[in-house]
Amino acid sequence: MRTTDLIPREFWRKIRDAGIDGYMVIVGLMIVITAVILALFAEFIAPYDPIQRVGPPVSPPSTQYLLGTDSIGRDVLSRLIYGTRTIMIVILISTVLSMSVGIPLGLISGYIGGKLDRLLSLIMDSIYAFPGLILAIAVAAVLGPGIYNTSISLAVVYIPTYFRMIRGHVLSLRETIFVEAARAIGAKDRRIMLKYILPNTLFIITVVFSLNVADAVLTEAGLSFLGLSVASPTPDWGFDLKNGQRYFLSGYWWPVTFPGIAIFLLALGFGLLGEGLNTILGKEEI
Amino acid sequence: MVSIKAYIATRALLTIPMVLILLTFVFVIMRILPGNPVLALIGMKASEETIKSLMEQLGLNKPLWQQYFEYIYNLLRGDLGRSMIWGRRPVINEIMNRFPATIELTIGGFIVSILLGLLTGMIAGVKPYGKIDATMRIYSIFVYTLFIPLIGMIFQYVFGVYLRILPVGGRIDPTLLPRQITGLYTIDSLLTLNFPAFISAVRYLILPSFTLGLVLSGVYTRLVRSSLLEVLSQDFIRACKARGLPNRIILFRHSLKNALIPILTMMGLQFALLLAGAVLTETTFSWPGMGTFLMERIQYRDFTTVQGTIVFYALFVALISLLVDIIYAYIDPRIRY
Repeated sequence: MRTTDLIPREFWRKIRDAGIDGYMVIVGLMIVITAVILALFAEFIAPYDPIQRVGPPVSPPSTQYLLGTDSIGRDVLSRLIYGTRTIMIVILISTVLSMSVGIPLGLISGYIGGKLDRLLSLIMDSIYAFPGLILAIAVAAVLGPGIYNTSISLAVVYIPTYFRMIRGHVLSLRETIFVEAARAIGAKDRRIMLKYILPNTLFIITVVFSLNVADAVLTEAGLSFLGLSVASPTPDWGFDLKNGQRYFLSGYWWPVTFPGIAIFLLALGFGLLGEGLNTILGKEEI
Repeated sequence: MVSIKAYIATRALLTIPMVLILLTFVFVIMRILPGNPVLALIGMKASEETIKSLMEQLGLNKPLWQQYFEYIYNLLRGDLGRSMIWGRRPVINEIMNRFPATIELTIGGFIVSILLGLLTGMIAGVKPYGKIDATMRIYSIFVYTLFIPLIGMIFQYVFGVYLRILPVGGRIDPTLLPRQITGLYTIDSLLTLNFPAFISAVRYLILPSFTLGLVLSGVYTRLVRSSLLEVLSQDFIRACKARGLPNRIILFRHSLKNALIPILTMMGLQFALLLAGAVLTETTFSWPGMGTFLMERIQYRDFTTVQGTIVFYALFVALISLLVDIIYAYIDPRIRY
């Protein structure tokens, strides 16, 4: 089976013909797929145990330690690979959480309208206006460290984003002819929402998902840089970067630079993917 | 036609529910979320009595609704509670000590981001749909996904350690501290005509401002571009061209001013991004502002101060979004309907 068969042929053609947006989607996908592979198969790819001391502290990149070792002699490359798993799990759980709250609420709020809609919108807009990272810090500080707690902190931040996007989209879909037709033949509200409106929001969900995850990667890294994410010694990019900070200005650049680049690349991957998809899919939508 | 005063009054009234929602939300996070705040903040090893006395001291043994009303009532009186450590000082006083530093940094970051954003956005908007435009688009995605601490440290290394031209952390040379008036060192030193202090304050401000501003400039790149494109397609610009005005004059004198108006509306949300980014920037540069303050107190498990600081952020964000809307109404009469 060729890789292209995994994606509907028509979609693939669109990406190929989209110029710069197509490249953005391809590069983004490559980064994201690499991260998924690293996260899934960390045991087989990482050369050393990420939480054991395997060599002298802060030894520079060499053939033995490809990206060098950190301040207590752990292999930077292995921590980087296992760190992919940490951040991907947090992102996955938090996204599922914020989607499963934000999407249904947005759907109902936009479809039903009225007082409920006004109240929900006011609440969501208020939370949306609050600085995301600071909100995550507040939740994380109360919940304490750990993968699930960090995921919850992130999920809280991104619920309003999904809500607002879906609601806005539902508002315009509600007035379309096919929804009116469904209503005319006597379809129940529940059925209209699930069978007629929801499938038509899938494209916006995909786009918001990618752009949101780009942001969530940076927020997770920020939380962990501030020491509020998973507990050490779990490999976590932001926290590793923080640990290296003390030695960075003395010239030990590798414990900081590599996790930093990893954070940047992963956020960039999702960002490019979301941007490209937004333009490619957005064009035909209008 | 509604007068601007009526508009401001309505808009200010609308801020009340927003503030109430945010305050309630902070309350929910601090009290109702799974996990006892006292346990989370003083650690699991505390003895029964310590926990009990602390709960009483914080009023956490009262029913939730009573706690809630006391919390809102105290906030209305401007009382954010007292710190749990270091002589139990009022939280609001401690915040006001650190707040000017954050304001100074966010203003610095804002100036850098708007300048970079204008530059890149105009470059993209003047020649749209070409290679330059695409480059600027990539720029906006690139800078947005940069991780602030990494960029900050690279700047520290290059300009502070390698080139040795700028300080790597702190707010001002401690020997040059100006007399406090506003708490913004750059302003205070100018007001007291203390130029060495001014130069020192600016030198310390440059790297953190650039770090924060660079990362947030990408948002402006897009806004300026799309806003400029829209203005450039309007009839009055065609009229300018028909009269034979040079492109430079059309761009700077006629288009830019109009293109900036929609950007103003985004400034409220943009400010939230600045505040969030400032937490990371402050931590990277040991900048003594609200962000480092919040993180310090989280480490000391100073529950009341953490809550007070978050509440302060909420009030501040609501105020800024109100201000932005009012300024917008002054500049663009159409908004007053």
